[in-house]
Amino acid sequence: MITAAVQEREHYLNASYGIKSWLLTKDHKRIGLLYLATITLFFFLGGAFATLIRVELLTPQGDLVSSETYNKLFTMHGVAMVFFFLLPSIPATLGNFFLPMMIGARDLAFPRINLLSWYLLVIGGLFSLFAMLAGGVDTGWTFYTPYSTTYSNTWVIATALGIFIAGFSSILTGLNFIVTIHRMRAPGMTWFRMPLFVWSNYATSLIQVLGTPVLAVTIVLVFCERVFHIGIFDPALGGDPVLFQHLFWFYSHPAVYIMVLPGMGVISEVVSVYSRKPVFGYGFVAFSSVAIAVLGFLVWGHHLFVSTQSVYAGMVFSFLSYFVAIPSAIKVFNWTATLYKGSISFDTPMLYAFGFIGLFTIGGLTGLFVASLGIDVHVTDTYFVIAHFHYIMVGGTIMAYLAGLHYWWPKMTGRMYPEGWAKLSALVIFLGFNLTFFPQFILGYLGMPRRYHVYPPEFQVLHVLSTAGASVLAVGYLMPMIYFIWSVRYGKVATANPWGATGLEWKTPSPPPLHNFDEAPVVTHEAYDYSTVMGEVIEVG
Amino acid sequence: MGKLPLFPEQASTFAPDVDHLLYFLLAVAVFFTVLIFGAIFYFAIRYRRRSEQELPRLVHTGIALEIVWSVIPFGLTMIMFTWGAAIFFRESRPPDDAIPIYVVGKQWMWKLQHMEGQREINELHVPMGRAIRLTMTSEDVIHSFFVPAFRTKQDVVPGRYSTTWWKPTKPGKYHLFCAEYCGTKHSGMIGWIYVMDPQDYQKWLSAGVQSGSMADNGQKLFQDLACSNCHKPDGSGRCPTLVGLFGKNVQLSDGRTVKADEAYIRESILQPTAKVVAGFQPVMPTFQGLVTEEGVLSLIEYVKSLGPQPAAGANTGVAPVPPSKNASEKR
Repeated sequence: MITAAVQEREHYLNASYGIKSWLLTKDHKRIGLLYLATITLFFFLGGAFATLIRVELLTPQGDLVSSETYNKLFTMHGVAMVFFFLLPSIPATLGNFFLPMMIGARDLAFPRINLLSWYLLVIGGLFSLFAMLAGGVDTGWTFYTPYSTTYSNTWVIATALGIFIAGFSSILTGLNFIVTIHRMRAPGMTWFRMPLFVWSNYATSLIQVLGTPVLAVTIVLVFCERVFHIGIFDPALGGDPVLFQHLFWFYSHPAVYIMVLPGMGVISEVVSVYSRKPVFGYGFVAFSSVAIAVLGFLVWGHHLFVSTQSVYAGMVFSFLSYFVAIPSAIKVFNWTATLYKGSISFDTPMLYAFGFIGLFTIGGLTGLFVASLGIDVHVTDTYFVIAHFHYIMVGGTIMAYLAGLHYWWPKMTGRMYPEGWAKLSALVIFLGFNLTFFPQFILGYLGMPRRYHVYPPEFQVLHVLSTAGASVLAVGYLMPMIYFIWSVRYGKVATANPWGATGLEWKTPSPPPLHNFDEAPVVTHEAYDYSTVMGEVIEVG
Repeated sequence: MGKLPLFPEQASTFAPDVDHLLYFLLAVAVFFTVLIFGAIFYFAIRYRRRSEQELPRLVHTGIALEIVWSVIPFGLTMIMFTWGAAIFFRESRPPDDAIPIYVVGKQWMWKLQHMEGQREINELHVPMGRAIRLTMTSEDVIHSFFVPAFRTKQDVVPGRYSTTWWKPTKPGKYHLFCAEYCGTKHSGMIGWIYVMDPQDYQKWLSAGVQSGSMADNGQKLFQDLACSNCHKPDGSGRCPTLVGLFGKNVQLSDGRTVKADEAYIRESILQPTAKVVAGFQPVMPTFQGLVTEEGVLSLIEYVKSLGPQPAAGANTGVAPVPPSKNASEKR
């Protein structure tokens, strides 16, 4: 019971009240929460579209919605999930909140620009939402030309404009992170003492800053052709439709790493804490993030193997794509090796991290299939590809996002989530995910094309399995939503460092004070030195 | 509902090749999945936390270990790359004796035409055991010609020709799908490939003759569009002769040379000024909008029939181009 006699400690949540104190805040922690609310909305919106898609696919005929509606559903699912959930997900929420704290900074380098980033995402989101409400868009999230520029009669420009604006949010966040990491590290926080979450966000920021402008340019070109009929992509106007694919994937392939690299950073933190051991091969894991960011820019052509791209270009892109496998494999092996002779506890974030490693392993290994020219010719534009990238984006990124949310929830809110329910959610999501997407590998190899409203009846059994899995998955995702909200009021009060973690963010009270630290931290140890946070110890291993 | 198939039918020479590569990849993937899952389970149980005071001793990073688990996967991926690239290379090189088929995709149907003149919509009849070469284009957006049982797929792009080929190995009826999203009825842009015994195919071909071979139609179009006024067979016209053109290298006025293939002829009809033959003036008007994609394909087939390379159909044993073609051109 809280008695009136106890003066509540001031922290970032109770330092000021009222809607203005949130909408005009320059505090990276509050902005992180604003992002959290925004992207959660888009996640459930995208999830609702996915639900309708899965229900429609229960039968081979098109019986729930029309073909027009079906095409809009998968397009809006992709747009909402990719541009307004996955891309901002970990960097803009957890990164925003914890990156400054993890390097001992009071805030990001440019707090006002940070707030602007959130407004840009919201404005971009509103444009896209408007397009969805006004009638939707049916081009697929990939906007391939000349369909998107000449043939589609839907809200292409409004949606594309929303993505264009949200892109600037991504660029500004990346810029802010890069400057913050370079300039605002606490005394003693050398580059090789930085937590791996910071390294992975650094690599992510490089892609955001270097890649997103290309997306912006591409959208402007689509705008010019669709609105002013300037021939760029449509051959009827003298353009080249495959040029669009090069431009689009020059951004959108690296964007996959914008989505997954921060997740890898979360997993490095979580695996270390719950094994109570430094991440095995710290330097290799850190540099593998940078390697992925750099190599990610050299492989876009593997989306174009059957596009009429030259045979030799296809071979070069296939060859280079395999190089990405190496830093990814290094990470998986090092996480696994971190467990060796550790002191492993099974708290919820760790369960999610195990789920991540397993699903990312499958997603990564099937990436080897689609990088192989002989296989990709058969499986590209089929459900095999859908399964592959959902294993990375949903099995990987969302598992990592949930691992991170659970791990840092006590710090963000000052409350513990209910452990039993949380463990159950991790299990339900893992099982539901596999039941949803594993059958899609088989469907794809059998030849089921993507984006089919109506399909041959021999594919039905696998579609039914997939839809069954999706219902389990939906329950799994609703659970954290409910108990997180519940915990804000009723959860057990969290201590400053409930997990025995070493990061600077755990050396300040939960929730953190307005300026993060009551005393400016000084770093004297490597990251993940657990002897510094424990009292009496029993040495094992 | 009912059956639960796991692998698609193998009905082309590529299908077993692609499947063998798949088995190799599956073996590698299963090995590493079991390795990682097994290691996680084993470590998680073996090293579970038994007391809150536990502090594991530091395990030092082994550079050798990092190198081993980078180099071994890299070696495996290079096998995957080479193997996959070899299949891809074969898929991109149709044999010379392949039977040509012409494909025009449009929202939302496949229009297919045999050299002999038979036209089909959303159906294609081909003989078993013969290589089939498809020359494809689109009238509107990008489509993709996908036959799962053959393990081949090729985008069909407006404004250019793409080609693919395969050799069916098993009689039967196989799905044809459009694999590149092309608008509202994308999932309705499907059809069937009928692989027939060669004798049945012959029968089918001769039963279905409608309006003359593609080359005949092309020749008629060549007259109707007044191409023949300038492209005279003896080279006396204002434009180069087309006799013996196909497959040869052409010297251009800007010094380049270009091989006279389907794409070159198509471009020369629709954008005549893009590549002007050395020694000629750019006097030819564009036929963009005056001739359909199918018309262009017929014109190409006509030019092919003027030699020198025998049109691929000539040695197919199925309705060779009549030798009278060159004679009729001399009118």
